[in-house]
Amino acid sequence: MDIILGAGFFAWIGAVLYPIGKYLVPPKVAEMSVNSVEAGGISEFPPSSSKIVRFGRRPVIVFRQQNGDFHALSATCTHLDCTVQYKSDTEQIWCACHNGLYDIEGKNISGPPPKPLMQYQVVLQNDKVIVTREEMT
Amino acid sequence: MGIYESLNERLYLDKIVEFSKKKKVPVFYGTIWYYLGGVSLFLFITQVVSGVLLLLYYQPGVATAFESVRFIVSKVEFGWLIREIHSWSANLFIFFVFLHMFTVFFAKAYRKPRELTWFSGMLLLFLALGFGFSGYLLPWNELAFFATKVGSDIAGSIPVVGDFLLRLLRGGDEVSGATLSRFFGIHVAIIPAVFTVLLGIHLVLVQVQGMSIPPELEKVPEEDRRYMPFFPNFALRDVLTWLIILNVVALLAVFFPWELGVKADFLAPAPPGVKPEWYFMFMYQTLRLIPAHVWFIEGELLGILTFMLGGLIWFFVPLLDKKAKVGERSKFWNWFGIILIIYMITMTIWGYLV
Repeated sequence: MDIILGAGFFAWIGAVLYPIGKYLVPPKVAEMSVNSVEAGGISEFPPSSSKIVRFGRRPVIVFRQQNGDFHALSATCTHLDCTVQYKSDTEQIWCACHNGLYDIEGKNISGPPPKPLMQYQVVLQNDKVIVTREEMT
Repeated sequence: MGIYESLNERLYLDKIVEFSKKKKVPVFYGTIWYYLGGVSLFLFITQVVSGVLLLLYYQPGVATAFESVRFIVSKVEFGWLIREIHSWSANLFIFFVFLHMFTVFFAKAYRKPRELTWFSGMLLLFLALGFGFSGYLLPWNELAFFATKVGSDIAGSIPVVGDFLLRLLRGGDEVSGATLSRFFGIHVAIIPAVFTVLLGIHLVLVQVQGMSIPPELEKVPEEDRRYMPFFPNFALRDVLTWLIILNVVALLAVFFPWELGVKADFLAPAPPGVKPEWYFMFMYQTLRLIPAHVWFIEGELLGILTFMLGGLIWFFVPLLDKKAKVGERSKFWNWFGIILIIYMITMTIWGYLV
């Protein structure tokens, strides 16, 4: 009898806690399949400038070097998720939160970031700067 | 029949009065430590009152949170004062809770039979830190946004349960309006409810077991020990301390207001100087110093695991300190506490200097 009551009690606790636990975890929302976004007109990017744009739900940093080359990298620092910025004086990507540094290819070169930033392709098309996940043909 | 008699028949007030008359406080060099718990309690009450007042105007939500706080501090009569008192008393609350914890630690007040009081106190400290972490985001400003990103990402790095914790905290994959809603609920409903229950247990335990005295004083014969009655002597001193603290909070609120800052922007880079609340600074600075990889383990993960282990050891000190159990001071645990304090202070100052 004790075993039945005990088991019943724990089953009841489980029946109460399970839906609450499930409720607390947000449902996975399917990420919009984004393959490219327009970051703006070429004229909006003078040399040594940058802009952060939304790529699906993620921020991507698009920057133009002093020599005119464009690059795009994930703007989320691989250390603790802060949003990075372009340092035009040293031509590096800097995370202000923990002083992490990446080169223009997104490679982690100093500070605590453990991994490189993901690279995106930049395509210049009809005076527009387009950021894509893959090489455009 | 008078009101007292009438209530006494129903609530047995005589027993409470009798208990209060017997309640006494040891008088020795460390009597001042006994005020710290009371001060923490008073600051918690200040938090509740000012928090409830803020709730009347605060509107959670990405489009409204920052604006409603700006409205409170700029348009509502004395709104700035209520917000400043809430912010300052929150900081002082954490400060006094830490101070209370360390004095309890060095007085060895966690030893038998007060282990449960220590455990409940430690849980209250964790909840107090949770109050601070969740409340920091509510104004939805830039610093809070990135501090929350970093803080929740740290939780996300915990092995096995990290992903679950991250999504649980953020209400999704990113810090967003869903996170703000969650933090609001956690800050104004969940933590206060659990905190109140634990606080009740903590206070009952203190009343049942009485005030602890350091081990060396326990060796003094009872007739040579000095005491003062709790009522009215200690209680009046308590109230006076609370009054002083309230004045200090008011002065800080008026002369050193907390900036509201700029509204959080998903597409803005983290500004230089992103930092958590000062009581998380020692952990933040440590994570900043650990290299990306230490041997084969990620630096961040190593830091988090070390803090978790440290927290567990600190929590279970009453069970680990064998000497305190027999009424003696352990040099090891004393040095452990001293080094911990030096480490926390050094890292905190360092964190603010760089």
